[in-house]
Amino acid sequence: MKRFAAALVVLAIAAAAVFFWLTAPSRMPANLLVDIEKGDSVAGERVFYAGGCTSCHAAPGAKGEDRLQLGGGLALTTPFGKFVAPNISSDKKTGVGSWSGADFANAMLAGVSPDGRHYYPAFPYASYVRMETGDVADLWAFLKTLPPVSKPNAPHELSFPFNIRRGLGLWKMLFLNGDPVVAIDESDPKLARGRYLVEGPGHCGECHTPRNLIGGIDPGRWLAGGPAPEGKGRIPNITPDATGIGDWSEADIAYALESGFTPEFDSLGGAMAEVQKNTAKLPAADREAIAAYLKAVPAVAGAPAPSN
Amino acid sequence: MRILFAGVAAAALLVAGIAHADAISDRQALIKKNGGAAGVLAKTVKGEMAFDEAAVLAALKTINDDMKQFRELFPAGSETGDTAASPKIWENMDDFKAKIAKMISDTDAAIAAPPKDKDALGPVLGTIGGNCGGCHETYRLQKS
Repeated sequence: MKRFAAALVVLAIAAAAVFFWLTAPSRMPANLLVDIEKGDSVAGERVFYAGGCTSCHAAPGAKGEDRLQLGGGLALTTPFGKFVAPNISSDKKTGVGSWSGADFANAMLAGVSPDGRHYYPAFPYASYVRMETGDVADLWAFLKTLPPVSKPNAPHELSFPFNIRRGLGLWKMLFLNGDPVVAIDESDPKLARGRYLVEGPGHCGECHTPRNLIGGIDPGRWLAGGPAPEGKGRIPNITPDATGIGDWSEADIAYALESGFTPEFDSLGGAMAEVQKNTAKLPAADREAIAAYLKAVPAVAGAPAPSN
Repeated sequence: MRILFAGVAAAALLVAGIAHADAISDRQALIKKNGGAAGVLAKTVKGEMAFDEAAVLAALKTINDDMKQFRELFPAGSETGDTAASPKIWENMDDFKAKIAKMISDTDAAIAAPPKDKDALGPVLGTIGGNCGGCHETYRLQKS
């Protein structure tokens, strides 16, 4: 009996060691980040609005200039628990003011914190991983120009087993990869730009694609919509299916992103109203690229689009 | 006696339901009219429709009138039924009505000083669109 118990203990220790080894956070190789502090803050503003940073990291309901006060605090209530967005202002004590560019790049492109821990993918690094390091450098330069906000971070409220941060190493093995989701004609610059914006900084799939039980997105139903992450209502299907936006033209899609008006002059609402405030600030060519990509993704039947 | 009470209660609920069904369908009709009016303004700004001062003014007045009626169509109890109105409306009735009041005053201003061409109409439409989105963001449910 004692030998059996001893064997069990050894096995448990071995299992823990394997788990720890498998789930070790991996930082980006330094040679990929040599120019990370040489970004252009003017170009970074475009990345900022493409990435939608303000929508989670500004105070809930912030309008106008307040959208640049990135003190965090917004809570995302999901089936995995409540996530609270952190302070990413330039404040040195409560924000990211004392981070290096490499720290920022590792957060965005590897989902790893400066102290070497995994971030929860409520921070959509599973999309941001597809971003170019040049864009991340530009974004970092822009963020550094924004005002400091002194506001300590509130902790997430997660239940077991989602509160075991180390377990995200396994999640990343399953779901974190920088490959494109949809095959397109790579020689078409508009489509390529649209794919980059939607699959990368735009992180549209994080809301518009249904997820499996452990929170990985289902690539076979890319952008086909699903239940709203925060419980009530549905997120629309934005593929060219009849249950999606198949009857919208490219110009319709681009105009909706610019003005908030659908082809029937309904006005985008819910969380999309906030997204549209960001897409309104992009150059028209970016909205047109997004529209071209959305007409090119596979049509997937999903929940019917809301009636206008 | 109990059956009588139950019957009266059921009848009251039914009447209330029917009365509220009217409020729901009326406000849905009004907001659709808003969409049509916004469409006239948007198509004009986009250059898809020629700028027609009378049509633009009529569209602005439609939105203005609609919102004045719309404001009165959210009685207590009308949150149940086939409606996309979020329960948040009744939890924040002051803010909801303030948002409607802003649309009314913004369209009042545009009616008092009507835009003369599509370039002048652009910012007016921007304000109107922002008002539409601002309300829909919080107070309309995304149905399946």
